[in-house]
This record gives sequence, C-alpha cells and structure tokens, in this order.
Amino acid sequence: MKFKSVFDIIGPIMVGPSSSHTAGAARIGRVARTLFGRQPERAEIMFYGSFAKTYQGHGSDVATVAGILDFDTSDLRLKDSLQIAKDVGIDINLSTSDEQREHPNTSRIKLSDQKGSLGVVGISIGGGKMLITEINGYQLTLSASAPTLLVYHEDRFGMIAKVSEILAKHRVNIGYMEVSRQEKGALALMLIELDTGIDESTMKEMMELDYVGQVLLLPTM
Amino acid sequence: MFRNVKELVELANTEKKPISEIMIEAEMNFSERSREAILEEMYRNLDVMEKAVQRGLTEDIRSHSGLTGGDAKKLQTYMKEKPFLSGNTLLNAVSMSVAVNEVNAAMGTIVATPTAGACGIVPGTLFAVSEKLNPTREQMVNYLFTAGAIGYCIANNAFISGAAGGCQAEVGSATAMAAAAIVEMAGGTPEESSQAVAIALKNMLGLVCDPVAGLVEVPCVKRNAMGAAIATVAADMAMAGITSVIPTDEVILAMYRIGCSMPNTLKETALGGLAATDTGKQIEAKIFGVRVKGV
Repeated sequence: MKFKSVFDIIGPIMVGPSSSHTAGAARIGRVARTLFGRQPERAEIMFYGSFAKTYQGHGSDVATVAGILDFDTSDLRLKDSLQIAKDVGIDINLSTSDEQREHPNTSRIKLSDQKGSLGVVGISIGGGKMLITEINGYQLTLSASAPTLLVYHEDRFGMIAKVSEILAKHRVNIGYMEVSRQEKGALALMLIELDTGIDESTMKEMMELDYVGQVLLLPTM
Repeated sequence: MFRNVKELVELANTEKKPISEIMIEAEMNFSERSREAILEEMYRNLDVMEKAVQRGLTEDIRSHSGLTGGDAKKLQTYMKEKPFLSGNTLLNAVSMSVAVNEVNAAMGTIVATPTAGACGIVPGTLFAVSEKLNPTREQMVNYLFTAGAIGYCIANNAFISGAAGGCQAEVGSATAMAAAAIVEMAGGTPEESSQAVAIALKNMLGLVCDPVAGLVEVPCVKRNAMGAAIATVAADMAMAGITSVIPTDEVILAMYRIGCSMPNTLKETALGGLAATDTGKQIEAKIFGVRVKGV
C-alpha cells in the first residue's frame, strides 16, 4: 500500500496552490535545512523539468526558500520567504536547467556557510509527498516518513554489522536500510529508517565506533 | 484493514459501524496513536477548511496571475438577488468549493483533499450540506474520515494526482470521496456511499489534466465547482436507491486503466487540451514570456 494514513489523503494543511509544486518543494527545502543542521549563509537552488518551467506560477521558489528557513508547509510566512531570507542574511541563488531528469519535479539544493556545505537532490512525487534521491553525491532514497539515521563511514567490512548491533542492543527495529558509496573503499553513507527514534547516547555510541564519521538523526517530517 | 471499497463496506456491515468509524480504527491501528490524537488532527483540518471557505466567500480573493478569484462571491450574490434554478444546497456546494480553490490559487492556506488542485470539493460540499443537515462538529469530522477512507482505496488501487492519472484521478477522486461522505452524513448506508462513489467517478472518467500555463487555476477552479455538483447529485441518486451496474472497485480500476493510456500531454504538462488552445498559449506567453514554444 503506497498510502498508509488517512492524513495522506486529508492533508497536509498547506499554503497553495500546488501540493506537488508548492508543499512538496517546501518539504525538500526543509529536509535539506534539517540535514544541514543550522541556518546557512548561502543557498544555491537549481530547478529541473516542470519545476523549472512553472516555478513562478506555483511559488516553488518561495516554497523552497521557506523550507530552507525551516518553515512548515502551512506557515503563512511562506509567501514572504525571499524577503525574510534576505533579512536574516541568507544569500539565495536560483537557477533553472534544461537537463532531462528522471522525475519531472526535481530540485537540487546546496546549502553552505564558513563551516561547511551540504548538497541534496529531491523529487516531489504528488500530494505533498517528496523523496530525497541524493545527499552530498551519494545516491539514496530518503522519504522522511520515519525517523532516519544517516551514518557517514569509511567503506570497509563489518561496518553495517557494528551499527546494527548497537541498534539491536537498544531494541530499535530497522524498517528500511541502504548503503551508498561514491567509489569502492572510500567513504560511504548508511541510511537507516527506524521504527522509533533513538536518544543522544545511542548516537554517541555509534560516533565512537572506529571508521565512523558524522552521525545524524532526521526526524519524521 | 480494508484494501478496496468492497472490503470497506463489508467491514462496516459486519461490525455495524459507519465507514468513518472503520477509518478511525484503521488509523489507530496503523499509526499506534490514540483516538483523541487522531481526532484532534482531523479537527485541525476541519478548522483550516472552514476558514478557507469563509475567506473565499467574504474576501476579495485574486490569484497572483489574475486568472482566478471572485467567482465564489459572484455566485453568492446571484443567489441572493435572482431566482436561481438549481437548489440552494447544490449552489452553496458549488460556491464553497470554488471559494476554497480560489483561496488555494491565491496562495492561501488549505487542506489538500486529496491534492491542492482538488481541495475545494470535500470542504465545499461539507459546509454546504451542513447548512441543510445541521450536524454536530463530530459528525463533520466524521465526514472527513469517510472521504479519507474512499480516497485511501482510490489512491492505493489507482492514483490521485493529475500528473499520474489526469484530472479524473484528482478532481474525480475528490468528487467520489465527497459523494460517499455526503451519504453518510445524510443518514445513508455504507452500501449507498459505495454506490455514490461509483456514480460520481463514472462521470469523471477520461477527464484530462490540462492546466493553462501549468497553473492550478484554469480550468481547476471550475472543475472543483462541477465536482461539488456531481458529488451532491450522486449522493442523492444513491440514497434514492439507484445503483451502478459496474461495481465501485471496477469503476476505480477503469479510472486507473484510462489514466495509464492517457498521453503525457494531457497529464499536468500544460502541453495539451485547454492549455494548448490559442488563448491558453497566449496566457502562458503573457505570464512567463519567452519560454513558450509555438506562439
């Protein structure tokens, strides 16, 4: 079953006009912001396909920026997001591309500040639902419909076992999991959808594992 | 849990419960949340819908493009000043459905039911029928659960977005959802709700998604208007005992197959239908300038 909840049908509460081009675009922006973990100084947004063609009429641009400002799809400030971003000092750079992508509603967002940067690609699949298909060059599928653990690690044997062992010890069930790497033996990113959230100490345990870099927990969004 | 409308009606009959109650219990089971938490979330949706209806009927709504706005008010004024032909409930449903969709086009706050493009029909019929039936607030929330149950069946067996299956999937689904919910609020049986779904959706089959300039405005607002009218009439027909020769789930499957064989130019790409008319292309050129081909 693709749709599981009555609120997938009656909902979300959102600022119009399009569940795919406005609410979905805002959700992609907000997931990018949450993954970045703080307010960026600079946001580069690239729209493809239908987003590129119709973003002005649907407010996909203001919606994406509203998401980057951590606003919900129903936040009335959504309409004024470009001015708000300017006021709080986020430099927004928007462009469109003619490049053919697999999905008609695709956006690429790069957030950065002096401490670092994060790049995501997201697709809006209808009714306000979205999927992140790429994080920092790693191909994956993130729906944010469950608490999601992201573990950056060196690509070597036993890493999946060590991380899942910690989850098993704390009796946390895994709903979905995938590992993505850019090249063999380099860095990899583990994505784990959990049935429940986990606490700080469990995350710390993972971070203390050898060969593990950053560990992030993305809440249900 | 139910997977289609037949199973939903059987479950309601066996347990002697309305469709809304079956949906609430399924949601409790799936989400592991309390009944109170689930009802509270739906009450919030109801509040947002009520505000959108009110805004559309009383404020001067105009979309950014200038293509839509003000028609809900026009209809209300007409109903006050002229001896209108259709019934009061029917024209109220049309006017309120237009009101919500106009608010949506003007970037106001709405609830996607099931999408933003079709967001007028469920709340429009709800508040119009409520004026006639004077339901409790709880019955109004139940209306949304019944509509949600039908939308759930359609979404999982066909599609609910114009990009995937044309307007029949979007406004068509919303119309079918509203028809079933009207029946339950008016005291009809779960089987009559199911018949109303079939009658309503049959009259939406084949409807393409052809928005001018790709905007959720033309013809979306007026399709929400007629969706509300079809839903209301389909509910009356079902409660009169009229049944669909083709069973409800087969109508949904037919909608799915039609959507699959629909060309992409007629699925929210703004390349065919009304979007490709001379006027449609001129409007697109005026709004977006250079990027329009063939004008």
